[in-house]
Amino acid sequence: MTQSVVVQVGQCGNQIGCCFWDLALREHAAVNQKGIYDEAISSFFRNVDTRVVGDGGSISKGKICSLKARAVLIDMEEGVVNEILQGPLRDVFDTKQLITDISGSGNNWAVGHRVFGSLYQDQILEKLRKSAEHCDCLQCFFIIHSMGGGTGSGLGTFLLKMLEDEFPEVYRFVTSIYPSGEDDVITSPYNSVLAMKELNEHADCVLPIDNQSLFDIISKIDLMVNSGKLGTTVKPKSLVTSSSGALKTRPKKPFDAMNNIVANLLLNLTSSARFEGSLNMDLNEISMNLVPFPQLHYLVSSLTPLYTLTDVNIPPRRLDQMFSDAFSKDHQLLRADPKRSLYLACALMVRGNVQISDLRRNIERLKPSLQFVSWNQEGWKTSLCSIPPVGHSHSLLALANNTCVKPTFMELKERFMRLYKKKAHLHHYLQVEGMEESCFTEAVSSLSALIQEYNQLDATKNMPVQDLPRLSVAM
Amino acid sequence: MSIVTVQLGQCGNQIGFEVFDALLRDSHSSHGLCCKRENEAYQASCKERFFSEEENGVPIARAVLVDMEPKVINQTLSKAAQSGRWKYGQHACFCQKQGSGNNWAYGYSVHGPRHEESIMNLIRKEVEKCDSFSGFFIIMSMAGGTGSGIGAFVTQNLQDQYSNSLKMNQIIWPYGTGEVIVQNYNSILTLSHLYRSSDALLVHENDAVHKICAKLMNIKQISFSDINQVLAHQLGSVFQPTYSAESSFHYRRNPLGDLMEHLVPHPEFKMLSVRNVPHMSENSLAYSTFTWAGLLKHLRQMLISNAKMEEGIDWHVRPPSSGLPSLGKMSLNKDLHFNTSIANLVILRGKDVQSADVEGFKDPALYTSWLEPVNAFNVWKTQRAFSKYEKSAVLVSNSQFLVKPLDMIVGKAWNMFASKAYIHQYTKFGIEEEDFLDSFTSLEQVVASYCNL
Repeated sequence: MTQSVVVQVGQCGNQIGCCFWDLALREHAAVNQKGIYDEAISSFFRNVDTRVVGDGGSISKGKICSLKARAVLIDMEEGVVNEILQGPLRDVFDTKQLITDISGSGNNWAVGHRVFGSLYQDQILEKLRKSAEHCDCLQCFFIIHSMGGGTGSGLGTFLLKMLEDEFPEVYRFVTSIYPSGEDDVITSPYNSVLAMKELNEHADCVLPIDNQSLFDIISKIDLMVNSGKLGTTVKPKSLVTSSSGALKTRPKKPFDAMNNIVANLLLNLTSSARFEGSLNMDLNEISMNLVPFPQLHYLVSSLTPLYTLTDVNIPPRRLDQMFSDAFSKDHQLLRADPKRSLYLACALMVRGNVQISDLRRNIERLKPSLQFVSWNQEGWKTSLCSIPPVGHSHSLLALANNTCVKPTFMELKERFMRLYKKKAHLHHYLQVEGMEESCFTEAVSSLSALIQEYNQLDATKNMPVQDLPRLSVAM
Repeated sequence: MSIVTVQLGQCGNQIGFEVFDALLRDSHSSHGLCCKRENEAYQASCKERFFSEEENGVPIARAVLVDMEPKVINQTLSKAAQSGRWKYGQHACFCQKQGSGNNWAYGYSVHGPRHEESIMNLIRKEVEKCDSFSGFFIIMSMAGGTGSGIGAFVTQNLQDQYSNSLKMNQIIWPYGTGEVIVQNYNSILTLSHLYRSSDALLVHENDAVHKICAKLMNIKQISFSDINQVLAHQLGSVFQPTYSAESSFHYRRNPLGDLMEHLVPHPEFKMLSVRNVPHMSENSLAYSTFTWAGLLKHLRQMLISNAKMEEGIDWHVRPPSSGLPSLGKMSLNKDLHFNTSIANLVILRGKDVQSADVEGFKDPALYTSWLEPVNAFNVWKTQRAFSKYEKSAVLVSNSQFLVKPLDMIVGKAWNMFASKAYIHQYTKFGIEEEDFLDSFTSLEQVVASYCNL
């Protein structure tokens, strides 16, 4: 089995990361009743004998002594990371895994990328190497960050190039929080577009998410739960936003519910690699199946169900509803409507007591309402994992490589251009050493090229699918 | 003579377990409908073929388990041990930490060569345990990365190192609507390579087996376990001991050799498929009775009309009447097309089997012109019943059964190839566009050859 290392960068990245580790511990506690350190746990956690001073404390088998997250925490302000270290998860991390500074990046990509990049390059590399050494077989780096700020966006993407050079064989999966339209950081379009260029060039796979969608999902859940329509039949633990039942109770923070959704996403993404099932899907299969061309590696995700009712035996109708919901625009973690756009590929990762016939029945049922690109008419990748998420009996994660990401990118470009045309706030960036206007023009043209790729695919949308003439063979 | 099974990838290992389990359960069953001595001979023959024995009497499957990540093999080993009836050898498996990522190129060009020595050593050890060795049975899927890529690599190696032994590959044809997006690429690469190095390809289609589970077995929520058990049942009814035609005093010694001899007369035509009757849930079985005449009539029509199971058979399809000109080249679009065979083997097991009349299968109209029906058709009859079925019949056929599915896969792969989608994932590991073109060419050849029967 392989291991993954999570690199959480910036305020947003670290807050999400915190939720992720809490949920991961809960999940493993629920599955691993005997407290034995097994391969599933080892994918995200090390087993350390805390009595041993220094680094030699790793234990590979037997009872769990003390679990340490395979994580590197990076922030150029101390606030968030300090909170984590003083909070209930403090034992899961240690100071050797952190890199912090005091002043912050001031919502400036250039400061994050160039100033702190060069300042902390060696330290970051050292921490990453250390975390890699602790892995028997490192398969993937998960980077969590936001695009709109300075640290997550700038330093987070600086990392990508470093990872590509230093660990070329290890996958780079990036979870990026994109700024919503009403974002209060004025320079977020600059930061995002500059970061996009790095994502285009150095990430294997990007899961774009925006705050507005997360917020809408939470509102929906609150509405359903509080409307009394469901009465007491909703299992509180099953809310995809819930941190109830947390191993360590933390005071609820405003973004907690939203961050929990992202934490669930990451756990579900890796569930089939960690746990057994009748049709496994490893992380390297995600990239293989969902990335038909290297530049088109943006995957829109959706998680269902958002809550579970207390029925133990789920009638097929409800199971089918779970599949339908995965394709509705209300369940996507990005503002996108995959049904109205073109699918290049789609993955369905199912957890729990769901069998191949349920999967097939729903694919057959939903296929007619979805448009797939002509060369991938049956572009489905599926997986069945036997272990459901905590509090649920089953769940579904859908990953879509779909042209519906295009509007997000186009809006981003528009907002960027509105600022750039007036040269607004540009001097904050240009005064950083090494930054020139060409950085901006290159970034926006990289984004334009990407949008153009999606345009070309969309143009093929309603064309009739023709079978190409085959090779003819002399008999 | 013994058969060594090589189980590759998740699919291969999951199926392998069900096959060994089914074989042993049947051989220990008390519903054999024959005398004790007969039963004992059957058991002994089954054991010799598929199991070796440990001191405490627990049979050990003659199998090598290969996978590039540990979860499935661990599960398979423990399931076998839990059954209490048999198990896998302690050192019979080869495992790595990171899978092949559904990438044929990774399986074939990276994992294969890297682990060649270890895997071939395991296989050699297993072969050495056999007093008398018949050949290899390799179970793999086409859609993934390990079963398909490493399967192709290992089969090639077996051809080099064991050139005198037979190799039959059990191939799982994926569902039409994706399990894996690049399944068509993986499939054409696998099939074109296997066509060169394997002796026979025994194909099972997931779609077909799924329908059997749904329609014949009436299973509501079908799992891969269910599918694999149906598969294991079909394979068991082919591979369990049968009498040789000449003398009815002992069971056939060389199952693989006999199968190949009868079914693969020409190396250009290697694709075999299996149909069996009857097949139903245990509940229904209790209320059913069968006659050989009825079973064989259905089986024959399944052969002629290209039906995958005993329901929904199209009775309108008829063989061309002799005297009329042959139908000429097969059109892939014709609905009422009649399935021409090269060779067929029918294996009958159960009560009054000697009275079963198979004349219908000897009709020359069923076959191509280049073999006499007496050579093209064979029947093996065994009195000992199989797996609770008082009477059961299985047909192993080298015919046009697989032309349409093969053509579809080639077509889809070709469409995808034209757009160059996903190709970068393969060229990364040394499989170039040239290799794809070679595969397409070989398979178009196979399709054309079968069409022209």
